[in-house]
Amino acid sequence: VSAIDTARLLERFRTMTRIRAFEERVAKHFREGDIHGFVHTSIGQEAAAAGACAPLRRTDYLTTTHRGHGHCLAKGADPGAMMAELFGRATGICGGKGGSMHIAATELGILGANGIVGAGIPIATGAGLAARAAGDGTVVLAFFGEGAVHSGAFHEGVGLAVALQVPVLFICENNHYAEFTSSESAWGAPPLLERAGAYGLPASSVDGNDVIAVEDAVRAAADAARTGGGPSFIEARTYRMSGHYEGDAEPYRDPAELAAWRERDPIERVRALLEDGGSGADAGEVERAAAEEMDRAVEHAHAAPYPDESTLLEGVGG
Amino acid sequence: VSVADATAGADAPLYIEAINRALGDRLAADDRVMLMGVDIGKGGGVYGATRGLYDRFGPERVIDTPIAEAGVLGAGVGAAMAGLRPVAEIMYMDFLTVCLDPIVNQAAKLRYMTGGGLRVPIVFRTQTGGGRSAGAQHSQSLEGILAHIPGLHVYCPSDARDAYDLLAAAIDADHPVCYVENRRLYGKRHEGWDRDPLPPGRARVVRSGDDVSVITWGRMVHEVIRAADELASELSVEVLDARTLVPLDEAAIVASVARTGRCLIVHEAVERFGPGAEIATRVLAGALFDLDGPVRVHGAKPAPVPYSPSLERAHLPDAESIALALRAVATE
Repeated sequence: VSAIDTARLLERFRTMTRIRAFEERVAKHFREGDIHGFVHTSIGQEAAAAGACAPLRRTDYLTTTHRGHGHCLAKGADPGAMMAELFGRATGICGGKGGSMHIAATELGILGANGIVGAGIPIATGAGLAARAAGDGTVVLAFFGEGAVHSGAFHEGVGLAVALQVPVLFICENNHYAEFTSSESAWGAPPLLERAGAYGLPASSVDGNDVIAVEDAVRAAADAARTGGGPSFIEARTYRMSGHYEGDAEPYRDPAELAAWRERDPIERVRALLEDGGSGADAGEVERAAAEEMDRAVEHAHAAPYPDESTLLEGVGG
Repeated sequence: VSVADATAGADAPLYIEAINRALGDRLAADDRVMLMGVDIGKGGGVYGATRGLYDRFGPERVIDTPIAEAGVLGAGVGAAMAGLRPVAEIMYMDFLTVCLDPIVNQAAKLRYMTGGGLRVPIVFRTQTGGGRSAGAQHSQSLEGILAHIPGLHVYCPSDARDAYDLLAAAIDADHPVCYVENRRLYGKRHEGWDRDPLPPGRARVVRSGDDVSVITWGRMVHEVIRAADELASELSVEVLDARTLVPLDEAAIVASVARTGRCLIVHEAVERFGPGAEIATRVLAGALFDLDGPVRVHGAKPAPVPYSPSLERAHLPDAESIALALRAVATE
């Protein structure tokens, strides 16, 4: 492992461990009743988030899903403000009005997580129109799951992006489960890549648990899109090691399958590279820093006040 | 407000020309404004509302889209959040139902859900208009569905002056607006082009009267005026054009009813669970002790809009049925 590779690996390791530490605390505080409603964590999918967001500029746009904490953190969102949002507090990133599924940050180009499966796809296409109009090489990255590929929004949003040749990267995180349903059982033919490619855009597939492979694929697609190359589709093959939502009893999943994927934990793979490659990098120190940062995020959320009832009708807009 | 070419003024546009002019003026004034929709570019729109704009502003600002309403409106929402000011057309108001998610779950809610972080300055331009045998899927007035959703503004212009002013205001607004045209007004040239513009949220007294207040909007304004003209010798009717359902000029409505003591609400939308019921509720809350009789709503009868002219006439309010309703309200 070269020095440059080590620095890059360590940065991606930092992003992934920050996401994991955030999500572990989300799960814990959901169990303890601090987090309300329902919440979806992305444990196991950190490489897709960290790898895909690495080539993005601060001004690039991002749309994400109900499972979007990792994407928002990788794009630069503040974990304290995110955790406070999940706790329903006034200092939350949305003032406590959105919750887990509606994290957004305009100044970071995050056009929102979304509670409607597939909804972010046409939104990304539209943001692509704005990016194209700006003419400064801005791109849009849309995260969605393989379950969304069945939705009309995918068909219309991707079709429109191809027709308009907008700079949008459609990143499909194939985590093998659409909520409770094994994607293979719901799939039929043709396979994912064949279906995506049929829309007329470059479609490729990468090991979504290999952060560097994801980063390289997305960087190539982003570079092309920045210079007028139009939209592209990348499948990141990964696995949801958590339930669909916190508290999911997972009667639909074979424990042996989960155990096999745990052997391919994206964070452990990078740790092994860092530690066994003789790089001298201190993975443990990075992990401790991530844990401390997310502990502070929880402390901030705990200490923050709930929104005042007087803010109920603020920002409705009509 | 009856059609009156002679008095409308030399430069007074048709209703549809006022729409076209507002779009062209805002496109020229603000680089962020863009239009998107099916057949709106080279084709100029199925009724010609966008004619000439593609040639003036080019294919990147006047975008012909595939027939993919949910995708187009979703893209409009994304473009708006990313700094553009899209006017996304839904060719017929009935087609709202195939693209409600971008309107209801996205545009209407995103600003609130994100604590004000995201803004969605988009106009959903659409048109309705029963009475031309277009059938049940090309004729229905659905403004009540839209007005029910917190976060959406709903504008329903009844003449060229308002068509221009409300569309320009909608494009300049920082929130989503559903702008509802009535295609049976497209070819009309109305009096009043030279009157001062009114902002959204202000009702307009189209005709003053003392016996009954009628609250209405869109094409029905003209049917109500015809009915009031017919009854002029026996009944003094005040006609308020609500102009915008959200925001609604509740103060003007309540004040008028408090003065006349009687209230009829007329709309082209189906009566059942319709927007008239909401307005009636507000009138009762605001003017109950000034009322001399029941508040009535006269809307379309509860059926899908029928095709046959005889059935469609029976379905929709018109001057004749409104006159009957006015007589009843005035004497109850």
